[in-house]
Amino acid sequence: MMRSLRGLLPFVALLAASPSLHAQDSTFKGITLNGTYDPLRDKVSIAVLPIAGAFGDSIRAIIQRDLDFSDRFVVDSLDASDPAALRNPGAAGGLNYPLFARLQAAAVVEITRTPTGLHVVLHDVGRSQVVNVEDMRLPATGLSRDWRLAVHNTSDEIERWVTGTRGVAATRIAYIRGQTIRIIDSDGADEITVPTEPDVFSPAWSPDGATLAYNTFGASPRVLLMDLATGRSRAVVPQARNVTYSTPVFTPDGKTIVYTRAGENGSDLFSISAAGGDTPHRLTSGQGTDNTSPTISPDGRRIVFTSGRLGRPELYIMDADGTNVNVLTDFESSERNYRSDPDWSPDGRTIAYQERVNGDRFQIRTVRVTGSSPKYLTSEGQNEQPSWAPDARHLVFTSDRSGQRQLWILDVESNRVRQLTHSPGSRLAAWSPHLALP
Amino acid sequence: MRIPRIAMLTASTLAVAAIAACHKTPPAPAPTPTAAPAGPNADSARRAQEEAARRAAEAEAARRRADSIAAAEAAAGNAATEMARMRETLTQMVHFDFDQSELRPEDRGVLDAKVPILQANPSVTISIAGHTDERGSDEYNLALGQRRAAAAKAYLVQHGIAESRIETRSYGEERPIAQGSDESAWSQNRRAEFSITSGGQTLRRP
Repeated sequence: MMRSLRGLLPFVALLAASPSLHAQDSTFKGITLNGTYDPLRDKVSIAVLPIAGAFGDSIRAIIQRDLDFSDRFVVDSLDASDPAALRNPGAAGGLNYPLFARLQAAAVVEITRTPTGLHVVLHDVGRSQVVNVEDMRLPATGLSRDWRLAVHNTSDEIERWVTGTRGVAATRIAYIRGQTIRIIDSDGADEITVPTEPDVFSPAWSPDGATLAYNTFGASPRVLLMDLATGRSRAVVPQARNVTYSTPVFTPDGKTIVYTRAGENGSDLFSISAAGGDTPHRLTSGQGTDNTSPTISPDGRRIVFTSGRLGRPELYIMDADGTNVNVLTDFESSERNYRSDPDWSPDGRTIAYQERVNGDRFQIRTVRVTGSSPKYLTSEGQNEQPSWAPDARHLVFTSDRSGQRQLWILDVESNRVRQLTHSPGSRLAAWSPHLALP
Repeated sequence: MRIPRIAMLTASTLAVAAIAACHKTPPAPAPTPTAAPAGPNADSARRAQEEAARRAAEAEAARRRADSIAAAEAAAGNAATEMARMRETLTQMVHFDFDQSELRPEDRGVLDAKVPILQANPSVTISIAGHTDERGSDEYNLALGQRRAAAAKAYLVQHGIAESRIETRSYGEERPIAQGSDESAWSQNRRAEFSITSGGQTLRRP
């Protein structure tokens, strides 16, 4: 387990993030690290002090787990049996920095409860000083769903203070199990079932995290939008005879839904205003083949989708208006290829998708938007339906590696995986954007 | 003498059939043959004779009535069987190759058999549901299922069935009929299912 950063240079003060991120964020102060720091590969050693007061142990446990799940930290398992040793002797009682230096902790988080929430202090052990202080609001009801989201948000802020990059703990994952939509916190807690009719499919988040798009299939196929605050759904694409609708996604401005219309002559992508009352606009001309699973670039200018137009499913890329269509994944072409279910990374650079390997099981791969640098990310069991976290670093996907279909989370930098769900038949996950506190 | 087994079977079947027939048709009371009496008993003898004749006539009428009921029942039974057979033909599934929506040659016959029944029963409407096996992408399969249903529908429409009588839908890989992860299960699950949505209470023979 990595305790400190690589390199042997003693206490060279470095800011722990790329200069560009630092320049954009005036509140970012960083942490003193010894050696060179690579934000993608290195982990910062951090300690979270015990928290006194109501739910203190829960808050600390949630934050420690969030920092661990971020794959950017090594969390020091402090021996909290002697809290006095963590502080300097005397009335001032400041942090015992030499002790944390010996423990090779680069950062220490100190949290105290306030009447309205948390008082959060970040210590830089290298400089023996406090570098960030912030008061954060917590909902009154301890351990409630909103309360946990607020604690996750604290974790994400700490991550931003240290690394310059906001964490993804305060996010949720919508997915399908047993023909119903579920939503689970990024750490696997607080799963809820969203009230819908049966036979629902392919949930997708609006950019503000307030709405889910999804489709129904079978006897009454439609595209619906659910307001997550009220739980009410409305059809943005109503039922039509001899048509199945599927895979709706929002454009990054939240104003348009791009979806699949499968009818009498194959399936094609269409777009329609999310506000409704609009005429659908056709984007592809599959001429009897299937064209589905759209994913839109963060700048809204291009769409990657699955198409069987050349006989087997491959990924294609086109402009958002449907022009300039090109095959994206024509590398390693073979009759047995089957590539589908693309998801565009939030940093705009990479497409994650699934590919049938050796005519057998699906595995998760990534490819640059340019079609270069294809990579295999999985090999154990069958792995499908990747969806990026807002950090463009973590992916949630469906895997049967445990014997049943479950959701798993992969850090594409460290290749660490963790199981998110523990109910069989979980699939078709969509990772939310950063979620605002209610 | 040894009777060949098959003949014995036939004989016993006939016997059973005869017994069954007896059960179905209540035996008429046998008319009692009586010699014409003479003397003071002549009147009562005549009355008895008339009574016997009346009974015999009633028995004959009852027998005829029973026979016609049996015949009607048999006809109805045949019609029911015929109807069931037509329904079976209308709802017989067709199957597909992996990731394909083209109709196989052998499945064209399955669809051909539906055409005359649909033509003879213009009030019948049907629904075609396309399905896939568990392989492939869940999302792509939902579109593929629709393509399979549409392919089966297009064939029927080409053969003269009104488009408006056939509705299509897809269940993708969501409704397998065979469990398991082998070709035997997959091949059964790659299918289009047909159901009669209206007008199927009585079917006319083509």
